[in-house]
Amino acid sequence: MTDERIKQISKFRRAMIRPELGAIAGAILVFVFFMMIAGDSGMFSPKGIQNWTVVSAQFAIIAVGASLLMIAGEFDLSVGSMIGFAGIVIAILSVQWGWPVWAAIMTAFVVCIALGALNGFLVIKTGLPSFIVTLAFLYILRGMTIWLSITTTQKTIIGGVKQAAEGDWLAPLFGGTVLKGLFQWFADMGMLDTFTRGNRIGQPVVEGVPMLVVWALGLIIFGQWLLTKTRFGNWIFAVGGDPQAARYVGVPVNRVKMLMFMFTAFTATVFATAQVMEFGSAAADRGLLKEFEAIICVVIGGALLTGGYGSVVGAALGALIFGVVQQGLFFSGAESSLFRVFLGTILILAVILNTYIRRMITGER
Amino acid sequence: MSTPLIEMRDIEKHFGAVIALGGVSFDVNAGEVHCLLGDNGAGKSTFIKTMSGVHKPSKGTILIDGKEMNFKSPRDAMEVGIATVYQDLAMIPLMSVTRNFWMGNEPIKKFGPFSTMDFKKANEITMVEMKKMGINLREPGQAVGTLSGGERQTVAIARAVYFGAKLLILDEPTSALGVRQTANVLANVDRVRSQGIGVVFITHNVRHAMAVGDRFTVLNRGKTLGTAKRGEITPEELQDMMAGGQELATLEGSLGGTV
Ligand SMILES: Nc1ncnc2c1ncn2[C@@H]1O[C@H](COP(=O)(O)OP(=O)(O)OP(=O)(O)O)[C@@H](O)[C@H]1O
Ligand SMILES: [Mg+2]
Repeated sequence: MTDERIKQISKFRRAMIRPELGAIAGAILVFVFFMMIAGDSGMFSPKGIQNWTVVSAQFAIIAVGASLLMIAGEFDLSVGSMIGFAGIVIAILSVQWGWPVWAAIMTAFVVCIALGALNGFLVIKTGLPSFIVTLAFLYILRGMTIWLSITTTQKTIIGGVKQAAEGDWLAPLFGGTVLKGLFQWFADMGMLDTFTRGNRIGQPVVEGVPMLVVWALGLIIFGQWLLTKTRFGNWIFAVGGDPQAARYVGVPVNRVKMLMFMFTAFTATVFATAQVMEFGSAAADRGLLKEFEAIICVVIGGALLTGGYGSVVGAALGALIFGVVQQGLFFSGAESSLFRVFLGTILILAVILNTYIRRMITGER
Repeated sequence: MSTPLIEMRDIEKHFGAVIALGGVSFDVNAGEVHCLLGDNGAGKSTFIKTMSGVHKPSKGTILIDGKEMNFKSPRDAMEVGIATVYQDLAMIPLMSVTRNFWMGNEPIKKFGPFSTMDFKKANEITMVEMKKMGINLREPGQAVGTLSGGERQTVAIARAVYFGAKLLILDEPTSALGVRQTANVLANVDRVRSQGIGVVFITHNVRHAMAVGDRFTVLNRGKTLGTAKRGEITPEELQDMMAGGQELATLEGSLGGTV
């Protein structure tokens, strides 16, 4: 309590102690690495950049939900199954039942967010670990998805969504492209390559910014703002840090957890809808393993598995690393199975680094 | 004499077959430190939990400023100005001092439809309030985990006082602390009392109780052994009461009076 006992920590060290540190370093490393080994493969051409940006954006969308939920002290292992489920719901309602696509999308959102609430409700009421409750839903939802798809269409892939979405007002919000004019202008100015053959001759190779990327950026900004700048963000940290302490000072612990489960389900549905609009079809096996990939992004981003600490921007950087490595291996012609080796390795490294950072913060107590 | 801040009458608390409290009466006046002593398992924590709305008493009445109360949750007790600092549940180590200090009471700043937490105000007030308690923070963004046990207790006390506690309950705030830190916490208890706040101070340690207490109540196996005013009782008598009399006296002989 005396001044001389307060050791001045260096600015550098203070800057180090932040959840995103590992992810920032990792992202730089990964970029340098692939510039070196795949620099001339087209990975960093406009088309190549678009390629890994879209993949990273997909990861980022679910990573935002997973990071806020993990910081609030819970997991959701049903994210991947929910992606498959939401897609099939949209396809069945629009293609099989002939609903307008906007109504199908909205229904998918309502149903999935309700399922997120059910996850949350069961975790809160039973006091069971969310790991178990949502693992149950991983199976239940996947099974339901396949069953629904088979019983209504005798297939596990339902196509024809693109045609159904023709002229729909809501579908472009997930499957469209924005800033087309700007990209055409880039092309006219010679800053962007254009097609030299085929029916799109004269058009830029990159048409614009896919809505998927817009969603990812929007969700990252919203998530980071919510977590670090608002009262609710303080509650998220508190609930994950120590629910009992939070409850004693009047933080509505159950409500915070419930809302985070619902938000995670929301992000899964955004992912699913964008994917269905992009492919023009839904498949019952979509989203497989996505729950783990989202969790890995979040952990690379510096969040602690025990909750109470982490960053949305970190998770987004984790998603970027993911996307760049997955596509980078493809561009460099490496065996794609190496991607999983990489994932496992980086996961262990990230967890070790996080544990170390936590010790620095808490002064090893 | 004026009405006490809080008066607990014949409080009983049963957990199934266990009678944790068998009719305890106790009161605290404004600007007074009332120490609650007793051995392990005497029922001290159970008793203050009925006071702070965590447990509902099986029997007995709780009067706040002379009015009968029926707490359904800690929130109810907080609303009438009862703040409790629990030894281990007080703070979240990974969060900053500011975030901890304002947890559950975050100040809000509005921009049109958006409302954000007012960190500028929160940081300033936290620094000032901590300084009042004799703690110079390096920065308000410092994680609570980097603070010592005594400093954490102090943050919790400062928080309770800042948010208008009339009655502050401290459950064994000094039991895990060293000499210097204990002195600091005790000094802060004294500071809080001088602001007219009533304090319930739970401890095992007679010397800590003697240092700040105005009155002393000893619990033994869920019953009070009586309440004494400062000056009416010696530390030795208190010690004996706590241990249930004779046994400790003989023990003390063999340990050469060091207990
Ligand atoms: N929730 C509960 N259920 C059952 N028995 C309980 C419960 N809480 C306390 N008890 C019992 O009540 C008695 C008093 O416990 P309490 O925690 O109040 O003691 P204490 O005086 O605070 O002890 P210490 O000094 O060790 O903190 C103990 O015998 C304990 O086992
Ligand atoms: Mg106790």
